[in-house]
Amino acid sequence: MSSLPVTRIDTRLAKLKAEGRAALVTFVTAGDPDADTSLSILKALPGAGADIIEFGMPFSDPMAEGPPIQAADIRALAAGQTMVKTLEQVRAFREGDNETPLVLMGYYNPIYIYGVERFVSDAKAAGVDGLIVVDLPPEEDEELCLPAIKAGVSFIRLATPTSDDKRLPVLLRNSSGFVYYVSVLGVTGVKSAAAGDVATAVARIKAHTPLPVMVGFGVKTGDQAAGIAAHADGVVVGSALVNAVRDSLVDGKATGATVKAVTDLVADLAAGVRRGRA
Amino acid sequence: MNEATRNSYRTGPDERGHFGIFGGRYVAETLMPLILELDQAYEAAKADPAFQGELKALHATYTGRPSPLYFAERLSAHLGGAKIYLKREELNHTGSHKINNCLGQILLARRMGKTRIIAETGAGQHGVASATVCARFGYPCEVYMGATDVERQKPNVFRMELLGAKVHPVTAGNGTLKDAMNEALRDWVTNVETTYYMIGTAAGPHPYPAMVRDFQSVIGNETREQMLAAEGRLPDLVIAAVGGGSNAIGIFHPFLDDPDVRIVGVEAGGHGMHVYNGHAASLNGGKPGVLHGNRTYLLQDDDGQILEGHSISAGLDYPGIGPEHSWLNDSGRVTYVPATDQEALDAFQTLTKVEGIIPALESAHAVAEAIKRAPTMAKDEIIVVNLSGRGDKDVFTVGKILGVDL
Repeated sequence: MSSLPVTRIDTRLAKLKAEGRAALVTFVTAGDPDADTSLSILKALPGAGADIIEFGMPFSDPMAEGPPIQAADIRALAAGQTMVKTLEQVRAFREGDNETPLVLMGYYNPIYIYGVERFVSDAKAAGVDGLIVVDLPPEEDEELCLPAIKAGVSFIRLATPTSDDKRLPVLLRNSSGFVYYVSVLGVTGVKSAAAGDVATAVARIKAHTPLPVMVGFGVKTGDQAAGIAAHADGVVVGSALVNAVRDSLVDGKATGATVKAVTDLVADLAAGVRRGRA
Repeated sequence: MNEATRNSYRTGPDERGHFGIFGGRYVAETLMPLILELDQAYEAAKADPAFQGELKALHATYTGRPSPLYFAERLSAHLGGAKIYLKREELNHTGSHKINNCLGQILLARRMGKTRIIAETGAGQHGVASATVCARFGYPCEVYMGATDVERQKPNVFRMELLGAKVHPVTAGNGTLKDAMNEALRDWVTNVETTYYMIGTAAGPHPYPAMVRDFQSVIGNETREQMLAAEGRLPDLVIAAVGGGSNAIGIFHPFLDDPDVRIVGVEAGGHGMHVYNGHAASLNGGKPGVLHGNRTYLLQDDDGQILEGHSISAGLDYPGIGPEHSWLNDSGRVTYVPATDQEALDAFQTLTKVEGIIPALESAHAVAEAIKRAPTMAKDEIIVVNLSGRGDKDVFTVGKILGVDL
């Protein structure tokens, strides 16, 4: 790990560690509900309290997502979102923020069709710090993980309740940035884990890696975030934020309340993360 | 590795599930430990004479195997060319080839100690076969089926329910097979510890494409023996319909290393190949991509978003195809051609009237290709068509198109 260059992710997480608090990792879908509003949301996230941003690359068939993110992907694609636009939005975000780590998250096919070499090069140039690709397990590392690392983009792996002590070393190999612990069996945005189970799982993962461990799935409120933050290096929230987008729409279109709906929830979550270890 | 092995089309996939660039294991991490366990369990079962013996015995008395190889004398005379034989998979218990795979997989699920079965289905043939083996072995069964397909395949929905299965209509997307598979994968991720996912076609993450092919190869192995007994030689041409491609790989695989046997897979041409998103012909109208656990040819747009496709036949209405077919296409060993909805409908009616056999609309695509080719071939040449399913389930769909209110 020490041979890798210091990235925005490493710098940010080291700073939070020094402050003695957990990170808030926020997920929103690129292009949801439309390109302009999505960029406004993206730009507003750090000010509202997001420490790391996961920006979802929408896909027609998001097999591991529950209804909220499925719907967000459909909204974004219906509004004309493409991979080119997603990377343009990252570039526009970077013009005003050179510190907040940004991770692209999604499924492999749109990357494969864009072209792996072109993708990692364009993503790096746009200011992307890491990738989370749900349907690329370590068995397929040659596809994207190794080219991404070579280009200086972190490859962040999901660990799950099925990742036992035999599996963890396999999935942690070639992973960098942080580990995203999927705290329940299931799709996004449905169930949430008990704090005690999270503590046990985080300890088990940390026995295998020096990487920080972020915990997600089913976190909807500041209080839940506080509960998770007590036991993990960070808390990931996604479905609740895209539901905030959804609930602000009128006839499927963004309103004056859309960006604020997201930032209000982020502020609540950020407060929760900050009192988690108080 | 000797020369014969290196020149074989039958040695794939490699240990990581690749057929050339196709196949693989593109699944969420939650599923990976189970996928690896499944691979080991299947390899052990395959080598276990007790497992193979039980499957064979069930096929003899429960499925009704071997299925007959029937000389379609009137259809051959009607077309005036090659002799046409039909491999009568539609006579199997549950009315299609799907039972071959389901019996194999339920024995494997029991061996692995799983307690709950899930499946996806398009036309409902795989759903019915899954529900059937679950009834036979006493397992709870939940079937995911696109809402559009629930509507157009009502008789099969009711059959599944009679067999004790719970059918979940899926409204996401266009409500067809692709969406049903997404939803089945979501169930599996949620219930991975107890649940066995009975995939219905030779696609998905490794080991499914190879495992389903192995269970379906009973079709081609029987056909070889029956053809040698009937004609003293192998056929000149083997034809099967291809959606995901399990009936096709089942009859093709045992003939792949016979260079004199031409092999043709028939894709769903829908409204025609010139109509954007109007067909379900992945090989003729798609390009390689990654979906549902494997790399294969997919119907997709320029940004890698998956298209829904269209076919009159719910069982072929899928934007992908099994990875081994993609490899056989690119290697040139098998030729894949489209047949339109109209050609399939015409073939459906021709076979029904001339031979007294009502084919499934899926299988009617293969019959359509035989109808095109037979007149161009000599009278001593032989075609085998895999009649993968019977058409009882399709009479409402066909009636509607022909303007008959049932």
